[in-house]
Amino acid sequence: MMLIDTSLAEVGKYCRFMYQVISKPEKWSVFFRRTLDEVNKLGVDSLGIVTLISFFIGAVITIQVANNLDNPFIPKYTVAFAARETIVLEFSATIVCLILAGKVGSNISSEIGTMRITEQIDALDIMGINSAAYLAGPKIVAMIISVPVLVVYSIFIGIIGGVIAGSMTGLVPLDDFIVGLHFTFKPYYIAYSLFKSTLFAFIISSCSSYYGYNIRGGALEVGKASTQSVVISCVLILMVNLMVTQFLLS
Amino acid sequence: MIEARDISKAFDGRTVMNHVTATFEDGKTNLIIGKSGSGKTVLLKSLVGLYEADSGDILYDGRSVRQMGRKQRQGLRQEIGMIFQGSALFDSLTVEENVRFPLDMFSDLSLADRREKAKRCLRRVNLDNADSLYPAQISGGMQKRVAIARAIVQEPRYLFCDEPNSGLDPVTASVIDSLISEITHESGITTIINTHDMNSVFSIGEHIVFIEQGNKLWDGNQDNILQSDCPELNSFMASARRLMEIGK
Ligand SMILES: Nc1ncnc2c1ncn2[C@@H]1O[C@H](COP(=O)(O)OP(=O)(O)O)[C@@H](O)[C@H]1O
Ligand SMILES: [Mg+2]
Repeated sequence: MMLIDTSLAEVGKYCRFMYQVISKPEKWSVFFRRTLDEVNKLGVDSLGIVTLISFFIGAVITIQVANNLDNPFIPKYTVAFAARETIVLEFSATIVCLILAGKVGSNISSEIGTMRITEQIDALDIMGINSAAYLAGPKIVAMIISVPVLVVYSIFIGIIGGVIAGSMTGLVPLDDFIVGLHFTFKPYYIAYSLFKSTLFAFIISSCSSYYGYNIRGGALEVGKASTQSVVISCVLILMVNLMVTQFLLS
Repeated sequence: MIEARDISKAFDGRTVMNHVTATFEDGKTNLIIGKSGSGKTVLLKSLVGLYEADSGDILYDGRSVRQMGRKQRQGLRQEIGMIFQGSALFDSLTVEENVRFPLDMFSDLSLADRREKAKRCLRRVNLDNADSLYPAQISGGMQKRVAIARAIVQEPRYLFCDEPNSGLDPVTASVIDSLISEITHESGITTIINTHDMNSVFSIGEHIVFIEQGNKLWDGNQDNILQSDCPELNSFMASARRLMEIGK
């Protein structure tokens, strides 16, 4: 009971925070500039890690599928088809977002949390600025813009990883791979993937902003809040993923 | 003039501000003194509205904060400047951008005018040649000056300072004190300063409010502070003086 009470209270506080965030910026020019900065910091700076993970996981998926479908009656292109489906439907959207929850989420909550404990948020408030909107707004918008782009990029790199692994190991020759990539390709899956990654982007950025913004106390709390925001974002991503999949794909 | 009327504030059921009534006068440096943990910061933040007091009212030149709507409170904030204990400069902005920040957010002046105004405030606090440095690159004393410059850039009517000279060496501390005092007198603003520093009390304390454990126990000025009939204040003064003598 206690647990439900506190979670409900937390949800209420989160809603109040989001209500404060969703309001007209004091100055649009400042808002756009800050959003661009955040796209740079949260999106562009994540390209490295997304490239690394997508390439290797794409390669590994291909090798594993190929090894498991090692049957003369199953055409080789099936491997590329299966790898494509895995990458598009789950890996590039969900797994990449879970990793971004760790990287970007902890970054956001520790940045905002540090501003809280050093009274920088009070300084914004005292100037008459809506500090929640000023700090979290651009981060949320930037994530909603960047994450779908990162997901498309991740799909692309993952498939390149698969192609290279398939050719180098001789498991799936390039020609078969390309046939597999086109095999019963449904653009709807890409849309589904982008849609859910947009939800995940919102979850990551709003949760970690919320936890950072509501820190009380000192530097220790910053660490705690950033861990907490990552855990909660991940749990929410997994739950939302389940629901979205149930509603959109079955 | 700022009047606090019967202000109380509790955190998680623990009272930290207990029916405080006090007035802070125009064109003067008003000091709130008390031990560490006595509730100075809570009182100051309740006055400016960073904390919502549980009961009581605050009047800014007769304007009751309780009766103000959101818009009016927002407007009132434009008349307030505040210097925080840790300076609270924005880490990601340079010194000049920090000072210019309130103008960037609220004024319609051109960039050149805003820069000129920020520069003027930085000169006022005797800080030249630091414009393009970041807060992490300058000393604590310089950070305090930048914080003062940022607080006065919108020409506030009310200035709040939370332990402006804490963490500074005695010389820098007294420079900061006199800077705040000069700014107060040249523009006739109402200034409220939190401090536990005896040097500040005797150098700039024109009106003094003493609080202990969330209770206001005494108010007066530097001429009668040594002859008060408040035992808590006398013991506070005595221990502070002992420390100063050890220092000498
Ligand atoms: N946000 C807060 N939540 C809970 N307790 C607080 C908070 N801020 C201050 N307090 C408590 O209020 C008391 C007064 O604190 P403060 O006003 O910071 O003292 P000081 O006179 O040193 O500025 C302290 O006991 C402190 O623990
Ligand atoms: Mg304090």
